[in-house]
Amino acid sequence: MFNIIKISFRNLYRQKRRSFLTIGIVAFGVLAVLLFTATAGSFKNFMISEITDSMLGHIQIHGKGYVSSLDNLPLDNTIKATQINKMAQILDEIPEIESYTYRILLGGMVSNYLESTSAKISAIIPAKEKKVAPLLEARLQEGNFLRKGEILLPEIIAKGFKSKIGDDIVLIATNVDGSVNGLPLKISGIMESVVGPTGKYGYIHFDDAKSILRMDEMEVSEVAIRLKNFNDLEKVYSILNEKLGSIKNKNDKPIFEIHTWEKLSPFYSIANMIDMMSLFIKIILIGIVLVSIMNVMIMAVYERTKEIGSISAMGTLPSKIRLMFLFEGLFLGIYGSIIGIIISLIAIFIVNISHITVSFGRNSNILLQPKVSLAQIGLTALIVIFVAIIAVLEPAFKASKLEPIEALRQN
Amino acid sequence: MSLISCNDITKIYKVGEVEIKALKNISLEISKSKFVAFIGPSGSGKTTMLNLFGVLDKPTSGTLKVIDTDISKLNYVERAKFRGEHLGFIFQNFNLIPVLTVYENVEYPLIMVKSIPTKARKEKVLSLLDAVGMLDQKDKLINQISGGQKQRVAIARALTTDPKIVLADEPTANLDHESAYKVMRLMKKLSSEIGTTFIFSTHDPKIVNEVDITYTIEDGALIKREERSN
Repeated sequence: MFNIIKISFRNLYRQKRRSFLTIGIVAFGVLAVLLFTATAGSFKNFMISEITDSMLGHIQIHGKGYVSSLDNLPLDNTIKATQINKMAQILDEIPEIESYTYRILLGGMVSNYLESTSAKISAIIPAKEKKVAPLLEARLQEGNFLRKGEILLPEIIAKGFKSKIGDDIVLIATNVDGSVNGLPLKISGIMESVVGPTGKYGYIHFDDAKSILRMDEMEVSEVAIRLKNFNDLEKVYSILNEKLGSIKNKNDKPIFEIHTWEKLSPFYSIANMIDMMSLFIKIILIGIVLVSIMNVMIMAVYERTKEIGSISAMGTLPSKIRLMFLFEGLFLGIYGSIIGIIISLIAIFIVNISHITVSFGRNSNILLQPKVSLAQIGLTALIVIFVAIIAVLEPAFKASKLEPIEALRQN
Repeated sequence: MSLISCNDITKIYKVGEVEIKALKNISLEISKSKFVAFIGPSGSGKTTMLNLFGVLDKPTSGTLKVIDTDISKLNYVERAKFRGEHLGFIFQNFNLIPVLTVYENVEYPLIMVKSIPTKARKEKVLSLLDAVGMLDQKDKLINQISGGQKQRVAIARALTTDPKIVLADEPTANLDHESAYKVMRLMKKLSSEIGTTFIFSTHDPKIVNEVDITYTIEDGALIKREERSN
């Protein structure tokens, strides 16, 4: 076997320019895949992190049917105190959960005594919220984070009102019974808007929401959960579905609905598009490897027909002739992969030290920090090597099936 | 004992609708340790004859036995195994592998065709290179040696597997007269020393003085058999 490999390896040097060109094309394909995967992955991870860490959390729990009527922020579909206790017991028992927090979402009017406008508000428990959405505070354009009696005003309203930190605001909201109540609040900070379902919400303290909505008991619109490891998303989602799904109301219908961030954010479809584009780039790579290696190996068989005839005449078995060509194609794939991976790592390093930023929506300074995992490198190399073998199969079989007498006749 | 026995063999090629009778009703026997030449003009059927003896082709009709094996009954892989086991080949264009050195070319059949231990393989290759006078050139690549030297390497390669028969199709056609004569002398010497039967074709009657038996073929028919006592 070693000698077959040796001959195959040396055969690469017969047409050096052609071999190097083929290796170069394969390497370019590998570079395109790894650089795109790393860069797009960096952008995707940034956006997911922005969405989950600055507002959504990784998983949310609502009362059944709440998400489908999210635009109305219904107060008659909240999770009640007894259900909250049951749910909290279950959440506390799941080791993958790092923290969770309660929110009340409400719609209302805000007024600075001169002007009024509608607003959507998320009432939060600041200490818990910071654990679930650690980047929420980073969205503060100015001012301080929330305390009781204060409001974090979305920048769009703050600009319209020309509000400053410390200004007074009145929040007017209708509770579940239909009574309209008002609550004076002080602006403690102005929040940057971000892409996502609650990206333009204002924030008040949980207790203030209970007060304005005249809630005597604990009620929450949603429970946001942060996991210790983002990769456990599906696992925890399944556990929650199983455990919370078994809690039913009097009509034997589930009380809770559970959603991962993917179901709640429109960015998920963009993330999917990025994955699709990554897949297309991989398909293009497969095409490049397939065509270039098949082409070069067909040429090799054609040029060496007489030689194949002579080694076949000497008694070389078809399987060994096949192996000789298979190894040759394999070497082209391996060389192309190795060189492509090295160039990709250099390119990724250069992008990282160049501090390139891109804009997406209102985010104008997304820093590209491409990273490529060993798994991605391994997968790309495996694709190339596998496709190289596929590409060389036809020429290799053709070579092994050549009739020596016909092959020897060829000039 | 006959190494090759053919009884009334005919070989017909089909080129489109046209049938070409390359060999016509040939019967002959070749015994062990002989140095045999097939002579005749180009297109007379010499190469077809050698292809049949070399188990590269099958006769259209008649019976051909090579080393007591009816080659018509062998399939593609069995024919390859048979060739590797019993036959050696020397080609007009040498057909050495250009990416391998002289040593590696001679070693090639022992790796790809017959597997023998490394030490024995090395000894065998070196002794054959010595026998053909190419030991001092063993590390050179094929494009670094002359035509006569290439053919000597090809002879050594043909003998590495200890074949019972070595077939050489026009082995001297690409050589000058002096080189051709040296190659013939070398084949004759090795034939008598090793006891291998050499069968070759040529259209050059001047180089057949060394042979034991000469078969003359014209238009696919065997017209003369001449035996010499050298």
